[in-house]
Amino acid sequence: MAELNLSRVEMPRQDPLIRSQNFLEVALGYSATEALSEAARCIQCPKHPCTGGCPVGVDIPDFIKALRELDLASSSRILKNKNKLPGICGRVCPQETQCEQSCVLARRGAPVAIGRLERYVADWERRQDALELPLRLPPTGQKVAVVGSGPAGLTCAADLAVAGHAVTVFEALHVPGGVLMYGIPEFRLPKAIVRHEVDSIMALGVEVRLDWVVGNILAVDKLFALGYQAVFLGTGAGLPMFMNVPGEIFSGIYSANEFLTRVNLMHAGEPGYDTPLPMGSQVAVIGGGNVAMDAARCALRAGAERVFIVYRRTKAEAPARAEELENAEEEGVVFCGLTNPVRFLANARGWVTAMECLKMELGEPDAKGRRRPIPKPGSNFIMDVDTVVIALGTTPNPLVPATTPGLDIHPEGTIIVDKEGHTTKPGVWAGGDAATGAATVISAMGAGRTAASSINAYLKDPSDWPAIDQTG
Amino acid sequence: MFKILAKEAISPTVNLFRIEAPSVARAARPGQFVMLMTDEQGERIPLTIANWDEAEGSISLVVSSVGHTTLKLATMQPGDTLAHVVGPLGKSTEIGNFGKVACVATGYGMLTIVPPAKALKAAGSRVFSVISAPSKSELLQPERLGEVSERLIVTTADGSAGRSGWVIEPLKELLVSEGIDRVMAIGSLCMMKLVSEASRGLKTTVSLNPIMVDGTGMCGACRVSLAGTPRFACVDGPEFDAHEVDWDLLMARRCSYPMEAACGESAYRCRSCAQW
Ligand SMILES: Cc1cc2nc3c(=O)[nH]c(=O)nc-3n(C[C@H](O)[C@H](O)[C@H](O)COP(=O)(O)OP(=O)(O)OC[C@H]3O[C@@H](n4cnc5c(N)ncnc54)[C@H](O)[C@@H]3O)c2cc1C
Ligand SMILES: Cc1cc2nc3c(=O)[nH]c(=O)nc-3n(C[C@H](O)[C@H](O)[C@H](O)COP(=O)(O)OP(=O)(O)OC[C@H]3O[C@@H](n4cnc5c(N)ncnc54)[C@H](O)[C@@H]3O)c2cc1C
Ligand code: SF4
Ligand code: FES
Repeated sequence: MAELNLSRVEMPRQDPLIRSQNFLEVALGYSATEALSEAARCIQCPKHPCTGGCPVGVDIPDFIKALRELDLASSSRILKNKNKLPGICGRVCPQETQCEQSCVLARRGAPVAIGRLERYVADWERRQDALELPLRLPPTGQKVAVVGSGPAGLTCAADLAVAGHAVTVFEALHVPGGVLMYGIPEFRLPKAIVRHEVDSIMALGVEVRLDWVVGNILAVDKLFALGYQAVFLGTGAGLPMFMNVPGEIFSGIYSANEFLTRVNLMHAGEPGYDTPLPMGSQVAVIGGGNVAMDAARCALRAGAERVFIVYRRTKAEAPARAEELENAEEEGVVFCGLTNPVRFLANARGWVTAMECLKMELGEPDAKGRRRPIPKPGSNFIMDVDTVVIALGTTPNPLVPATTPGLDIHPEGTIIVDKEGHTTKPGVWAGGDAATGAATVISAMGAGRTAASSINAYLKDPSDWPAIDQTG
Repeated sequence: MFKILAKEAISPTVNLFRIEAPSVARAARPGQFVMLMTDEQGERIPLTIANWDEAEGSISLVVSSVGHTTLKLATMQPGDTLAHVVGPLGKSTEIGNFGKVACVATGYGMLTIVPPAKALKAAGSRVFSVISAPSKSELLQPERLGEVSERLIVTTADGSAGRSGWVIEPLKELLVSEGIDRVMAIGSLCMMKLVSEASRGLKTTVSLNPIMVDGTGMCGACRVSLAGTPRFACVDGPEFDAHEVDWDLLMARRCSYPMEAACGESAYRCRSCAQW
């Protein structure tokens, strides 16, 4: 057996000082030589635990082997067999807690850089002239409606189209892609890649209807009346949470969704685009997750002088990926831990000028094992800021459940589903963030895929609808 | 694509558009709105559905030219297409037999209040209306609201048509003389705020128009404070109970850009948002 190589090939990145001033992709991707030498580190172990660590079970050693043999077409086919969106997942999946964490090399050193290799193969495929389409089964004459064009909806639509059904995707926004387009910034996930993936799904014959808010324009029951025999709800978790502290309504205070939508979806500030991004120079982003990191890094790029991450625990407890926190700090974002805003102050025009914060300390661990932040009485202090972005998470939008009798939700607003995505309403499936609450691209994809195969089986034989209980 | 079927200048700064949008026309109800983008690089702006024709598959929008996108829209012509129109959005107006209802409108509200007023009348309510504009040329087709009202009081600031003055005095008189049971106001924020002060004790609804980005409940830009609780105008509204609205916060927020352009010098002259 060849000697183990325990250190991975680093991926080149843009210099922090330069990249904090542009929206171009930060991580530049492997060259062919780099990809091959990283691929060579995989020992092709028979048990390949990496595959088990992947939420959709990509045949990791196989795609790496094909890459090593310079058969990129096969490599790409193997990837796409399980993962419809490898160019996206290679960039945004938290591999360190998934496949790479399970890699045997991780026990002794750095795991194989599976995500980077996945990205390399997907990028190769995107550069080829002809798109390789999976074989479509003959038309079944059956119609399925997919609501939402995020990763869950797109994956479900693609699988159903391949199975021969006529699929229509209804999307509320003017662009397909969900969070991939409006949330995750260009410098982590170039929008051209998302567009390419959407195009390849449309090439399967999937019809995408933009500007369609299901619920308002058309209720789910109406979809059945129009001849759709099954409905998949991939409506995401787009409702932003606020802190409910005084002054939160002042101008200059955004939800992360609004801030990121202006920047990513509406291209605020780019020449030729109309949407403004009213922003001052001292920006505080409240929260410690990936969304907070994205907002902070966008604020820097949009011209803020100073950007603070204000988080009530410490860096160690922050839910953001370590890599993203590090990227943000390298670019100049300042982390203010153990700090919690209790009130916002504004000028006579109602524009935020400062926030009053409390210092926190860490107490006993909570149910999730994270140490609970406890306010230090009397530690109030004023932080001068003229823009605030609140990144405290999101919950599912209530619109579809509110207009769909028989579709039950959990108290947190997530749609109740079983393992296959059946909801409490016969003929309706749900998956992705709409059913789990804010999660990951790959889990949304996986849910879309699982629901598609369940829908397939149902359309062949619409037998009894399973009873779905609250705990399902 | 959403084709402009017709365009009519109904005042020096306001155009009435008829736009092909069959799916919107099919589902529209009084008081709902659309989000519109002129082109792929444009901004998403909210506009009330001022009328709709299901058979023709069209909707009408009355657009005050106040800033970048509305001015851009004003340069577009019949035959041109809009990149995106999405709707109907928001909740529709509460309709019923509410007895005598006073409908108060300024600016584009003079036309967007017509569908709710008509529906109220059809449901058995008796409609009394008050509208106001700076001068005669800025009254927007007053006959449209007149048709559904038992009485229409027109006022202009310069006295060039109807009574001279503003909406508040005639409204106060009406409340007493007719024994009004309910008030509905659509127009500039300062007008709606003053109406709500004049109508204390009477159920009063207003159609709020905060800044919106998506219009589907995803961004929170449209949050308004209702009886101390934040609500999203695009999904929980745009119609709200006037007496629960925190007007000062809303006015501060709504005028957030351009930062300098505050609501005019005097509260009654909302020149910068041109909804007077
Ligand atoms: C800023 C940010 C950064 C993130 N970074 C990462 C990351 O690095 N890695 C990772 O794995 N995950 C990341 N996530 C999470 C990930 O993006 C989501 O988990 C994933 O997109 C969920 O997919 P989905 O298909 O369930 O929903 P979404 O992507 O939310 O898509 C739902 C779609 O449904 C549409 N819709 C909603 N209601 C209706 C309706 N009534 N009618 C029609 N259409 C409707 C919405 O407009 C939207 O387009 C991030 C999230 C955010 C916000
Ligand atoms: C639910 C709803 C329904 C609406 N219906 C109509 C309608 O039927 N007809 C119509 O003409 N307008 C309507 N508006 C207002 C319209 O959306 C704004 O006038 C428009 O967005 C301004 O865009 P702009 O790019 O032209 O102006 P901007 O360049 O963005 O702004 C120019 C000026 O307009 C003010 N302004 C910005 N946003 C708004 C706003 N939301 N409301 C009022 N003033 C604003 C600014 O303070 C600024 O002074 C409605 C708004 C809402 C929220
Ligand atoms: S676990 Fe790691 S070394 Fe083993 S096959 Fe998977 S990627 Fe290769
Ligand atoms: S406009 Fe975005 S939530 Fe209302």
